[in-house]
Amino acid sequence: MDAATKGAEVAHEEHHDEAHDQNYLQYEPGIWNWLTTKDHKKIGIMYAVSLALVFLVAGVLAIMVRTELVSQGETIMDADTYNQVFTMHGILMVFLFLVPSIPAILGNFVLPLQIGAKDVAFPRLNLASWYVYMIGAIMTCAALYFGGVDTGWTFYTPYSSSTGGGVIWMTSAIFVSGFASIFTGLNFIVTIHKMRAPGMTWNRLPLFVWGLYATSIVQVLATPVIGITMLLLILERTMGIGIFDPALGGDPVLFQHFFWFYSHPAVYIMILPAFGVLSELIATFSRQRIFGYRAIALSSVAIAMLGFLVWGHHMFVSGQSAISSIIFSLITYLIGIPSGIKVFNWVATMYRGSIWLQTPMLYALSFLFLFTIGGFTGIMVGVLAVDVHLHDTYYVVGHFHYVMMGGSVMALLGGMHYWWPKITGRMYNETLGKIAVFLIFVGFNATFFSQLVLGAKGMPRRYYDYVDRFEALHQISTYGSYVLALGLFIVLFYGVYSMFFGPKAPANPWAAATLEWTNVAALPDPHNFVRTPLVTRGPYDFHLADEVFGSGDGVGDGQAASLDVPEPAPAAPEPSEEAPQNA
Amino acid sequence: MATDTTTDTPAAPAQTEVDLHDEEHLSHLQHHFVSSEQQFDSAKLGMWLFLITEVLLFSGMFVAYAVFRQWHPETFAAASQTLDWQLGGLNTVVLLASSFTIALAIHFIQKGEAMKSFWLQVGTIALAGVFLVVKYFEYTSKFEHGVFPGAMFDPHGVAHGVDYGALASYAYAPQFFSIYFVMTGIHGFHVVVGMILIGWIASRTYRGHFSSEYYTHIELSGLYWHLVDLVWIFLFPLLYLV
Repeated sequence: MDAATKGAEVAHEEHHDEAHDQNYLQYEPGIWNWLTTKDHKKIGIMYAVSLALVFLVAGVLAIMVRTELVSQGETIMDADTYNQVFTMHGILMVFLFLVPSIPAILGNFVLPLQIGAKDVAFPRLNLASWYVYMIGAIMTCAALYFGGVDTGWTFYTPYSSSTGGGVIWMTSAIFVSGFASIFTGLNFIVTIHKMRAPGMTWNRLPLFVWGLYATSIVQVLATPVIGITMLLLILERTMGIGIFDPALGGDPVLFQHFFWFYSHPAVYIMILPAFGVLSELIATFSRQRIFGYRAIALSSVAIAMLGFLVWGHHMFVSGQSAISSIIFSLITYLIGIPSGIKVFNWVATMYRGSIWLQTPMLYALSFLFLFTIGGFTGIMVGVLAVDVHLHDTYYVVGHFHYVMMGGSVMALLGGMHYWWPKITGRMYNETLGKIAVFLIFVGFNATFFSQLVLGAKGMPRRYYDYVDRFEALHQISTYGSYVLALGLFIVLFYGVYSMFFGPKAPANPWAAATLEWTNVAALPDPHNFVRTPLVTRGPYDFHLADEVFGSGDGVGDGQAASLDVPEPAPAAPEPSEEAPQNA
Repeated sequence: MATDTTTDTPAAPAQTEVDLHDEEHLSHLQHHFVSSEQQFDSAKLGMWLFLITEVLLFSGMFVAYAVFRQWHPETFAAASQTLDWQLGGLNTVVLLASSFTIALAIHFIQKGEAMKSFWLQVGTIALAGVFLVVKYFEYTSKFEHGVFPGAMFDPHGVAHGVDYGALASYAYAPQFFSIYFVMTGIHGFHVVVGMILIGWIASRTYRGHFSSEYYTHIELSGLYWHLVDLVWIFLFPLLYLV
């Protein structure tokens, strides 16, 4: 990985100019300084460590679920334990992992770097967000201690208002960790509006920033509703206020409306930043200006808005009126349009590009494949008549794993590999990276495609046991999940290894054109930029850097050594009167 | 007026230094902002976004209200009768007055008259206190007659011409009072938070932390307080009058 020495030199020169050779990791070391840091990069890392832990725990729970289902009857746990295990898998993955994942880790680290800011707008709020999240995590542990939760991640009433155990703790944890999500979203919106470097117009924002912007809107608008829902559920259990529990005169369908009003948009909280990551990966590794920049940017916003109008498609069999089901179904189809626009634009970006198949790009390609399956199966369950057959079967489980794991997690992994050199200053092992992608891709499809088939054949979700004819497919799914887990453990292994023993990364190993690569040192300065950059071109204008890129023939194509990197943006004039202001 | 600005040209954001280790930072300017104006605008935008989340928090409860009212209009009409519209109206006036005092507090700090602003903030807290006292009497008069939220609902007795016992014959009366207590309770919680918030900025105003150059916290607390007021403006007619 000794490409792009030029970028490193540039960064180096800048460094010596300033005569303070420091990077953000050396700056203010020590555990106390970390715990009180307001540096968005360090907060991103703190989130990364916490979320990796949650992902590990929730992943182990998933393996337990799959192992239980490898054969009929009791395999490794009894039915009650099984209920708790799949419930905790769902809750941890959705509320404590996927919702914060990309925004809190990569968003925190990369967003200010990409827009040329020194930090997010509210650094203290950012730190508070991590603490609130941790309080939520501790309350989750409390929920386990006080008897666990077996309601499924959806907490449907009346079961959730009557079953014993730690439901109150769990719902409180979700209420609390919702604030972490709101803080992050609010912070990002203000940051994107107010903190952009001179010349960083809305049309020059990297698409990852657009993705985060759309995500943040959803976080700010949807999360308060799950907050009040969880609060009402807690009051239902403690005081019997009778809003949701039919035994007290309440309406359980109202709970479902409230729940999905958040939880459907929450799906977009998980996938929109993944779209953003993907745009970065595809453009950089195709060495090509992104096709349809505005279409990709605005389709994210369109999805964010439409996402608020489709929650009823989770409730086709709940007894809501037929007319609302039809309307929700129609609007659900509409979501397919902006999603399709994105996929076509990404493919068009790759067309005639110089595709460089590094690990991040392999994740991006996996994403395209898996997310497309997730999207199409999503349209199918959005069809009223088909959904009545598929509702609450493994088909739905397969569908949302294709979107959540095949979409969100793949993009997160791709993004982590892509920004790894910037975060740690080290390169990971490319060969192991490629092996891991392969295992993850194959394992994933074995695990979840078999579940699509199972569901279509009628296997209901959340069941502890099954009849003979499902056994073969369940076994394929379980063995697939082991391959998947193996792939993920390889990533964990070489990731940790590279932090200590990986070769030092240059400032711009991928020859990318966005600010975090062109204008930031290999390991960023504690204040990001030594000089605030003046942005003069779009984020993917590789062609405007022709003199450094050559005419583009054959650049990339796996020949790392031949890569030239785009020049850094010039520094913003310091006392300038006419410096463009952020509107 | 605290004037530690170094230049007296109008505050064009671009004129402050972009450089990192600038010794001439204004005392209140955080390092990652380019100018006070940028800092103020960011804080204000952040506050507005927070207020949006507040509106959505309450909107959940308003939806619950609308749904149950739609299903059981006669219960809601009868139950609404037992709330004292005069006390509710008094509280409406009190809160409106408190919004006025906090708006004046912002006005005076903008003119640099910190002590006037301080006393108006104290006045706002006092009015908020009046609101809570009235609310306390309303709550206790309900509890005395067994009007509790949800499962403990057991209405009895007659007071001030209101027949609480008659509520027992309405099927979904507990839901009305659940909604009433939850909505006004969460609103009351916001009032308490507002009092603490304004108490904090009042003490800072008294110590001279704010000036016509820098009054972000007062402005933002004012915005928050207006929202608390506004929510009540919706709660009062929906619960007491219709």
